[in-house]
Amino acid sequence: MVHEMEDEHVSDMEVEVLSSMWPEDIDEAGKKFNVEKPGVHDNMLDDLAFVEEPSIVDFKRLVELTSYSEKGSSQLAYLVKNWEYKQENAIRLLREELDNLSKQQCQVELKKLEIYEQHRFEENHGGDKRPISVLHEAYEIFQNVPRKRNDVVVENKQLEIDAEYDTVAYWKQQAVQMGKLLEESVRREQTLLEKLEESIENLEKQSSPVEELSQILKRADNFLHFVLQNAPVVIGHQDKELRYRFIYNHFPSLREEDIIGKTDVEIFKGGGVKESQDFKREVLERGLPAKREITFETELFGAKTFLIYVEPVFSKDGEKIGVNYMGMELTDQVKKREKMAKLREEIAVQKAKETELNKTIHITEETMRAKQMLATMSHEIRSPLSGVVSMAEILSTTKLDKDQKQLLSVMLSSGDLVLQLINDILDLSKVESGVMRLEATKFRPREVIKHVLQSAAASLKKMLILEGHVADDVPLEVIGDVLRIRQILTNLISNAIKFTHQGKVQIKLYVIANPYPECQLEHKINEDDLAKNGHEDNESHSHESVVWIRCDVKDTGIGIPETALPNLFKKYMQAAVDTARKYGGTGLGLAICKQLVELMGGKLTVSSKVDCGSTFTFILPHKVSHACDSSDDTDEYVDLADNESTDDDISCGFFQFQPHSLGSVFTNGSGNAHKVNKTKDISLIDDDLSCFDTSSGPESSSKCNSENENTNCKSETHKVNTKESHDDLPMVSCSPSDEHSSRNILEVSKSETKPKILLVEDHVVNIMVARRMMRQLNQDMDVVNNGAEAVQAVHRCNYDLILMDVCMPVMDGLEATRLIRSFEKAGNWDEARKAGVELEDSHSYDQIVKGPRKRIPIIAMTANAMSESAEECFANCMDSFVTKPVTLQGLKQCLEQYLGVI
Amino acid sequence: MSSVLQLQRQFIDYTTSLHNEGYLDNQFTELQKLQDESNPDFVTEVVSMYFEDSDKLLNNLTTALQQRNVDYKQVDAHAHQFKGSSSSIGAKRVTNVCAHFKGFCEAKNLDGCLRCLQQVKQEYIFFRNKLEALFRLEQQILQAGGSVPMVE
Repeated sequence: MVHEMEDEHVSDMEVEVLSSMWPEDIDEAGKKFNVEKPGVHDNMLDDLAFVEEPSIVDFKRLVELTSYSEKGSSQLAYLVKNWEYKQENAIRLLREELDNLSKQQCQVELKKLEIYEQHRFEENHGGDKRPISVLHEAYEIFQNVPRKRNDVVVENKQLEIDAEYDTVAYWKQQAVQMGKLLEESVRREQTLLEKLEESIENLEKQSSPVEELSQILKRADNFLHFVLQNAPVVIGHQDKELRYRFIYNHFPSLREEDIIGKTDVEIFKGGGVKESQDFKREVLERGLPAKREITFETELFGAKTFLIYVEPVFSKDGEKIGVNYMGMELTDQVKKREKMAKLREEIAVQKAKETELNKTIHITEETMRAKQMLATMSHEIRSPLSGVVSMAEILSTTKLDKDQKQLLSVMLSSGDLVLQLINDILDLSKVESGVMRLEATKFRPREVIKHVLQSAAASLKKMLILEGHVADDVPLEVIGDVLRIRQILTNLISNAIKFTHQGKVQIKLYVIANPYPECQLEHKINEDDLAKNGHEDNESHSHESVVWIRCDVKDTGIGIPETALPNLFKKYMQAAVDTARKYGGTGLGLAICKQLVELMGGKLTVSSKVDCGSTFTFILPHKVSHACDSSDDTDEYVDLADNESTDDDISCGFFQFQPHSLGSVFTNGSGNAHKVNKTKDISLIDDDLSCFDTSSGPESSSKCNSENENTNCKSETHKVNTKESHDDLPMVSCSPSDEHSSRNILEVSKSETKPKILLVEDHVVNIMVARRMMRQLNQDMDVVNNGAEAVQAVHRCNYDLILMDVCMPVMDGLEATRLIRSFEKAGNWDEARKAGVELEDSHSYDQIVKGPRKRIPIIAMTANAMSESAEECFANCMDSFVTKPVTLQGLKQCLEQYLGVI
Repeated sequence: MSSVLQLQRQFIDYTTSLHNEGYLDNQFTELQKLQDESNPDFVTEVVSMYFEDSDKLLNNLTTALQQRNVDYKQVDAHAHQFKGSSSSIGAKRVTNVCAHFKGFCEAKNLDGCLRCLQQVKQEYIFFRNKLEALFRLEQQILQAGGSVPMVE
């Protein structure tokens, strides 16, 4: 019974040892790796082609490594130890059994039957702090070795003795039984010894540990391949000198012999190689593993980024013998990351810009609003204020006593000052907000200088001499915004006068070379503006050139300290704090001047010396028109002027005004200047009237002469001449006719029935004037107020002459004429009805008389605006035209021509 | 009698200065010529009619230019009327400004229009003052028993 039990024990033990050594198949191992779908696992493994090529192994080195490197050796040692341990365990178990038996034997021998023994083996395991092999936890290919023998129970059977205790029989029986037990024990021992020997023999016969180990290694290797076969990972080992000893690369681009035994630097060239080498060396030196991202720029791979992990490898003695190196390509990820970073950066920048822009927009809007408001307010203030000032002016013309006059004069001057200030602000805000538009008109610089000086002299209250010099080369006429130029000049002159107590104020005008020859002058004056100014400009348009004119305004005043010069052109700034108190003014004048000059493409500068005077200089580009349309007129006077002004010294325009002799001492410098004055006078009149007016000479020329009368002592003779020269000029409005005959006819017709005349005019004043003129001419006329009424009137009644205003409400003169002509031609008023004119049917001609009618002369009355040109009148079947304002003479000629032939 | 002479002298000077300063042109002389015994107050009548009309026109212009959407056509029509009547009266400077005004209307330049409106108002007020002064002078001459001299 005991024997049986012992046998069981041994076999049990054997089985246990064998099963614990090797897993039966890989499936079991797979389960341990938590691979899912264990059912297909076999197949999966079958599919795996374990390609060994990618792993380039310096086997010698690997062996060396495994035997010399601490890690390798520990791994091997562990394997061997494990094996040894298991063997030892088996032996130990046997030995224990033996001991047990012998102990039992002893007990039996010593008859110490009461002693029970329990054997427990406390194994001291796992105190190993060495690095644990990858094969350990992950693989666990070794089944747990039983740590202790199952309770090795030795049956201590109670010997059953029938005999009475302590009798001879008892002892005999006892001895016999003991002998039997002993025999049994000896036999058992014999069996165990045999078994032991057999076991040892078996062990020797069994496969060697190397084979087992290599099998394990192969499995490990397979597993690694399985995991790593598609991973973009490079694994390698480099020795102390950083020469590759082992490299695994799934996508090798170099052959083994190109790599093994070489360093990075020897293999690759390009960016990042040195860095990685240095990094590896650093790890090697510091003895601590580290990670780094390195971007390579090699010929072989192009630009690639790797995350590199390097760990040092120590020998058993703790010496560094090389590095393990693992790299993973991250190029795409890095690119993505960089893109993201860039994107984020861009977004941030954009956001910042946006905020900045919003801020700027906000500020700009605010500024614009402020300026707009300033402009609007100034405008709003100006309107009522000018009303106040004007009323005050009117008041000043009424009968007032002395005190009232004085009060009123203060009121007026204050009002003027405020008005001026508001005008200044308005101007400035206009320029600043870019609303200011410049006009391009022809003007005569000499004229402007003269006028500015004249008006300055008019209000001069000091003993100052005002002089104007215009150099010869300054063109007679230039094109520019004369209003603004005048404004600048007036401003500078009044400034000069204000700060000058004695001496003189001078304006000098001369031509200079283009100060910016390299850059094309930016024409602020656009073509549209030019075209607006009528025919004359259009004609001369093509021959334009630009001339730079410099203007110096020089005074002998108090001067400006040098420190004040930089602030001079700033808004609300005056040279000194007390200047305003002493001299008044808003401090805006110069700022406006500067802005205006700059707006016109010029430059305003100043030079000054305290107590000696200041000179303000501005240069401006002007267009010059070379076509001189008034040359015909002027030629007549040149001779005259030259004959009379023989004592002139210089050939430049020179004007002088002395105090308290307003204009009377005005002298013309030379013949040249004289000519200028003449030509100017002629064109001054036709400033805004068109060429028709120019040629309707008499009135204009007489006008210009009378204007000249009190400033020019020589004008009397001219007046006569002009009159003569123009008297025989015919009115353009009427075709030339024999005056005598027409007058006769007029008289004849007068003696007969009076002709019926229709005036179509919408304006009361014009009607009144025309009616009065007609009465003067001894004619009656009907008056209607628009074209439609005219058509109705013609429909009602027969007229001999129609005077037709062109521009009228409801229906203009051209349309009315067209309808009347259509009636005359067709003999019916269909056209007029179509046009919406209401006509009474009962009393209509077209129903009585069919066929063409007599043509009524229709005379247009035009204001010579572009919109009502003569061509248009003729094109609309009008017979002639008279210019507005209608003169008695014009009307008379017209009546003579058209009613005289009735 | 000497005061009449003086007044007449003053009248001539004033009229001349009005011509010289460009307030008046020959059209005004034309009007004066149209005045005779049968129509002793012709000039005053026409001119006061002109003043009435102009006040209305200026009002219209001001309102028209204050609209949110300025009807330039309408403004131009008003300006045209004003120009026409001014030229008929011989108010030269007013006429000139009106011509500019029309230019700005064509260009639809609100700013220019507003500026011209101001200008035209100012010129008109000046003109009115001057003429009223002239008529006062005329009245004084007539009251003193003299006749109003013709100024060519």
